[in-house]
Amino acid sequence: MSFPLLTATAALPALGAVATAAVPAARRTAAKWLALTVSLATLALAITVLVRFDPDGSRYQLTESHAWIKDFGVRYELGVDGIAVALIALTALLIPFIVLAGWHDADPLETGSRRWRPTQGFFALILAVEAMVIISFEATDVFLFYIFFEAMLIPMYFLIGGFGDRAHEHGEEAAATQRSYAAVKFLLYNLAGGLIMLAAVIGLYVVAGNFSLTQIAEARANGSLHMATSTERWLFLGFFFAFAVKAPLWPLHTWLPNAMQESTAPVAVLITAVVDKVGTFAMLRFCLQLFPEASKWATPVILVLALISIVYGALLAVGQRDIKRLVAYASISHFGFIIMGIFAMTSQGQSGATLYMVNHGISTAALMLVAGFLISRRGSRLIADYGGVQKVAPVLAGTFLIGGLATLSLPGLAPFVSEFLVLVGTFTRYPVIGVIATFGIVLAALYTLVLYQRTMTGPVKPEVSAMPDLRVRELVVVAPLIVLLIFLGVYPKPVTDIVNPAVKQTMSDVQKKDPKPEVEAAK
Amino acid sequence: MSAPAVHSLWTTAAEPISKIDAPKIEYGQLSPTLIVIGAALVGVLIEAFVPRRSRYYAQVFVSVVALCAAFAAVVALAADGFGTTKAHIAAMGAIAVDGPALFLQGTILLAGLVGLFTFAERRLDPAAHGNRVDSFAAQAASVPGSDSEQAAVKAGFTTTEVFPLLLFAVGGMLIFPAANDLVTLFVALEVFSLPLYLLCALARRKRLMSQEAAVKYFLLGAFASAFTLFGIALLYGYAGSMSYARIAQVVDGTVTDVDPALANTMGNDALLLIGGAMLLMGLLFKVGAVPFHMWTPDVYQGAPTPVTGFMAAATKVAAFGALLRLLYVVLPGLRWDWRPVMWAVAIVTMLGGAIVAITQTDIKRLLAYSSIAHAGFILAGVIATSKDGVSSVLFYLAGYSFVTIGAFAVVTLVRDAGGEATHLSKWAGLGRRSPLVAAVFAVFLLAFAGIPLTSGFAGKFAVFKAAADGGAAPLVVIGVISSAIAAFFYIRVIVLMFFSEPRPQGPTVAVPSPLTMLAIGLGVAVTLVLGVAPQYFLDLANQAGVFVR
Repeated sequence: MSFPLLTATAALPALGAVATAAVPAARRTAAKWLALTVSLATLALAITVLVRFDPDGSRYQLTESHAWIKDFGVRYELGVDGIAVALIALTALLIPFIVLAGWHDADPLETGSRRWRPTQGFFALILAVEAMVIISFEATDVFLFYIFFEAMLIPMYFLIGGFGDRAHEHGEEAAATQRSYAAVKFLLYNLAGGLIMLAAVIGLYVVAGNFSLTQIAEARANGSLHMATSTERWLFLGFFFAFAVKAPLWPLHTWLPNAMQESTAPVAVLITAVVDKVGTFAMLRFCLQLFPEASKWATPVILVLALISIVYGALLAVGQRDIKRLVAYASISHFGFIIMGIFAMTSQGQSGATLYMVNHGISTAALMLVAGFLISRRGSRLIADYGGVQKVAPVLAGTFLIGGLATLSLPGLAPFVSEFLVLVGTFTRYPVIGVIATFGIVLAALYTLVLYQRTMTGPVKPEVSAMPDLRVRELVVVAPLIVLLIFLGVYPKPVTDIVNPAVKQTMSDVQKKDPKPEVEAAK
Repeated sequence: MSAPAVHSLWTTAAEPISKIDAPKIEYGQLSPTLIVIGAALVGVLIEAFVPRRSRYYAQVFVSVVALCAAFAAVVALAADGFGTTKAHIAAMGAIAVDGPALFLQGTILLAGLVGLFTFAERRLDPAAHGNRVDSFAAQAASVPGSDSEQAAVKAGFTTTEVFPLLLFAVGGMLIFPAANDLVTLFVALEVFSLPLYLLCALARRKRLMSQEAAVKYFLLGAFASAFTLFGIALLYGYAGSMSYARIAQVVDGTVTDVDPALANTMGNDALLLIGGAMLLMGLLFKVGAVPFHMWTPDVYQGAPTPVTGFMAAATKVAAFGALLRLLYVVLPGLRWDWRPVMWAVAIVTMLGGAIVAITQTDIKRLLAYSSIAHAGFILAGVIATSKDGVSSVLFYLAGYSFVTIGAFAVVTLVRDAGGEATHLSKWAGLGRRSPLVAAVFAVFLLAFAGIPLTSGFAGKFAVFKAAADGGAAPLVVIGVISSAIAAFFYIRVIVLMFFSEPRPQGPTVAVPSPLTMLAIGLGVAVTLVLGVAPQYFLDLANQAGVFVR
């Protein structure tokens, strides 16, 4: 038997989480270093997966399959396609930066009992989330996926509710109340979505008799598994609802601004750049493959919702007074693009959407982490409390600008490529929607540049005049992300090479071909 | 006329009795029940003859040995094939020895054993006058607040009668799901109910509340028993028999030997429907299903917490066992009549329990309403009317009982000056002060909420799958919705424990003896094992999923 590489990639952070949680209360720094080491080792494993993966090989590779709960028809089945590989790599890449950026976020302020160990808990929870996200990307058994899709809510919930920004304009008491509100809202939204998906998962079992993605998809393709149209649509809606809450899609998005605003910047990155990707990924992998007909049936509505997300998210981002909330609404706008790319049902659209997931992860991480460094210096999240930072801390301002420019998809930076692909892919099939979506870019320029202008330029506010520039640890976090943004902006081929074959497969599942280019003038 | 001739005027000589059929009792197959009831009788003798200071140890020893021996007997019977191939009806048709009966008996015995550990805990309350005390009143007969109560406390009395009472209750519960005729069913019902009424009244603190709970439980329970009895009478009137198999035949219309009396009554559906409904009512009362749930919150809150945990777990197991047997063995021919009713009951139970729980401020009442919601989930599996339905309910009950006892055992640990601090506001910030206890309780709450990788999820999935397979898809959707509602208040408690600031005069967490630790540890272990690797236990429940007729 070959080495279970996929299991190892998910198991390592899980074991790391247990080990980190077990570090004695006094050895706080040891826990941090342990978490960082584990996350780097996981990255090494993820890179091994990336190397071992053959883009032109069979659809699911490095597969593992073991009996698990025979009674429920559940197997422990793992396998990765190009899309999953790209997202696993993204996750494993971002976690070390999240750990490093959150280095001091969980140092205990108050004195609890001697056994109260917030720091150990913080890093253990981050690693636990990493493990669950990775295994959700790998699972090719619907039930297995569902279990971790749901279970990852618990550590996320404690991360949001248990750890927040140090300084708060209304004092610690109010901050704790708002944090727990945000955490409960996060959990209830996602749990409700998950439970509705549970009903659909049970329904799928009743119809199909097993949970294997490959078996069901094959049986659907060769016609041996027939689903009544209404059954397929209900099941699709059950699955899609859960993913749309997670992604999040308008009008199910309202938990995201609260959650991102109240959590620390690294946790906010974890939510939007890592955990939410499971939602969009699952749309590609489960909705389209299991329910191709229903996906096509629902496409018009979903595209309109995605369009609303794009414009609405961007408009609300323009009006925000809070830096983190602004990034959250910008993310909602970007998730609109991703979902639009997936359901445009063109290969450019879907490749673009997958690429977008990767790029959005990196660019949001860069912007949000720098914003977090900024907020930790001044102790305020309000845009109005800043001004003239670029004179005091030029490196911080510069990296913030690059993160911002990436968010508005400046050509030459990575997100541009994916946004362009998504728009082209949408335009070829749905020109009107493509045109309206383009306004999202204009609004993105508005909110990013206004944010930069108000915080970084202008006269230096007295409160920021003594602000130190980026420290070495912070530079180590930001610099690689920026290098990646530029590299993938100029040369996205490594990612697209891995993703494209998988996208072609998905397209053939839904039996959609790209529309032929038409040249009307030639008639 | 001679005397014999006169005598023969008003008597006729019967045929000489050649032999009396001695009832054939399979003692070996009834051994689990016999062991427990026997030990309970020994317990009563211990109360009479053993000196006061050694009673506690003697009682605990006898009870533990009896429950373990009975469990071993159940395992031996199951290993012998009585759960599957050799399943049959013992004791002249009174007791069924089959898969569901053995599985549920095993579950009840383990729940009883774990419950016993919490009964025997004597380190939580501070010692009174140098005597270590448990959660039970010093002397049940003394009036609360009276001099005689003080004297009893001073003398260091403890109510060691709770152990035989527990054993009697367990004995009744062992018969209840195995009863194969209506009289046995009723006797078992009373045998386990009466000790429970008594146990509820025995709290050491808040005695008035505890006695009030017991009176409420007794009155409503007596009411429910009356209903059950009336239902039994009507069913007997309909079928002319107490035996499950015979009634089932009459209901099905497959009965062969119809005597004139039976021919008169068996067409009378009113007897059957009203009788069946009343019998169901009695069982649904014990299960705690809406609208027969009113007693649950008051009794759960007032009873001594170890009793609440035991009662919540074991009663539910026994009552659902009896309900399953009644619906699957006696009344399958009537399922087109009872299914719609049970649908309605399941729906209001799931939604009612979940919605009302949201407004609760006392942890024991909250758990009471949560147990009502869970009864609704289990009912969804009962309604499936399939083999999968039976096995999913069995599995659910096994997982649920350990979570319940564990959760109530944690409740006994959180205390302030007035005893257990059950008001929710006092639990604020518990996670800061005692991370381990709070984490354990969080695990139980997550299992109640049905989060994956806990037994709660596996159970819920099994039940809902069976229900969906049985054509009850709307029930699954409603179940899922009420799970979401229920999740809200479980999460609220977790928020309170971990994210709220601790109160200055908050409760402390008492360090329990190894007994309670064992109860809680077993609860956590079973919760996680059934959540992560449930296959073995699902197989067990599957094998046990066939009733004997």
